[in-house]
Amino acid sequence: MFDDSPRAEFFGGVRAELPLLLGVVPFGLIFGVLGLAVGMPGWAVVLSSSLVFGGSSQVVFAQLWGSGTPPPVMVTTVGVVNLRHLLYSAAVADYLRALPWRWKLLLAYLLTDEAFAAAIGRLRDGPVTPYRHWFLCGTGLTLWTGWQLSTLTGVLLGTAIPASWSLDFSIALTFIALLVLSVHRRSDAWAAMVAAVVVLPALALPHKLGLLVAAGAGIAFGLAMRRFDRKNR
Amino acid sequence: MSTPLLLLTMAVCGLVTFLIRLSFIAFGHHLPDDPRIEAVLRYVPPAILGALIAPEIFTGANGLLLPPDNPRLWAAQAALLVAWLTRSVLATIAAGMAALWAIQGWVG
Repeated sequence: MFDDSPRAEFFGGVRAELPLLLGVVPFGLIFGVLGLAVGMPGWAVVLSSSLVFGGSSQVVFAQLWGSGTPPPVMVTTVGVVNLRHLLYSAAVADYLRALPWRWKLLLAYLLTDEAFAAAIGRLRDGPVTPYRHWFLCGTGLTLWTGWQLSTLTGVLLGTAIPASWSLDFSIALTFIALLVLSVHRRSDAWAAMVAAVVVLPALALPHKLGLLVAAGAGIAFGLAMRRFDRKNR
Repeated sequence: MSTPLLLLTMAVCGLVTFLIRLSFIAFGHHLPDDPRIEAVLRYVPPAILGALIAPEIFTGANGLLLPPDNPRLWAAQAALLVAWLTRSVLATIAAGMAALWAIQGWVG
């Protein structure tokens, strides 16, 4: 018989999340090292992992902070980077509808890329039980713990790594990997290419607005190219 | 940027991120469920990532860095190939850093 106790659901979530930590922990280490490399204080790098809790947006935050971006532009850009989480929120909303507010707030805080990816299969296709939200809690808390510890370790190691190692290049490399994972259709690739071309002249815009302008151009071009995608993708 | 301003900016970034994640969970029925919104959202990750990657590769301390004198461009291409073949973040970072160090060691 399927064990649907809160405990069993929670540890089911923990087990589903553990393999994903293989990718998350090195990213956390690199982020910790990078945050120091762009001049952020160590405590701020560690704090951003619990306040923002979103890997790529934290890298963007560090990068913009390092280049002296005005706070309103930083907030807007971080918001745009995390906008995709709207889709996750919509995808899990149905399964969490009956829960009390404290659960909704906790699970919303934990709803990151990897926590969502590891839990959505259980929520969507698994048995309908009263405690299945504990599964999402298990993936989320496992990810959260791994992310906090790896960021902290990265900050502790970071002071020992010399600038000549060019470790800041791992920002671009992380983004390249995430980009390849986010391209499913030809129009996705067009959106990325147009944004990449537009951003170079757009960097001259004041207040670091170039990033948002380029992303907007990429999204618009992707939408325009959508009708040339193969169907059913 | 002063320490209080850094803290405040980070806290607001965290709040915005949290509200995005809470949106449908909190107000499920009341948010517009329009397929056009989903279509736009699907292009956000590739577009923002494209816009983030290009400056990391093409700009240096003295403005634009053009090929062939740009080791990061060659290393980025190696990383792109590895990312496409393995779909692994870790393998992509490892390959890209190895390529950059090899080119820098060779040129320098």
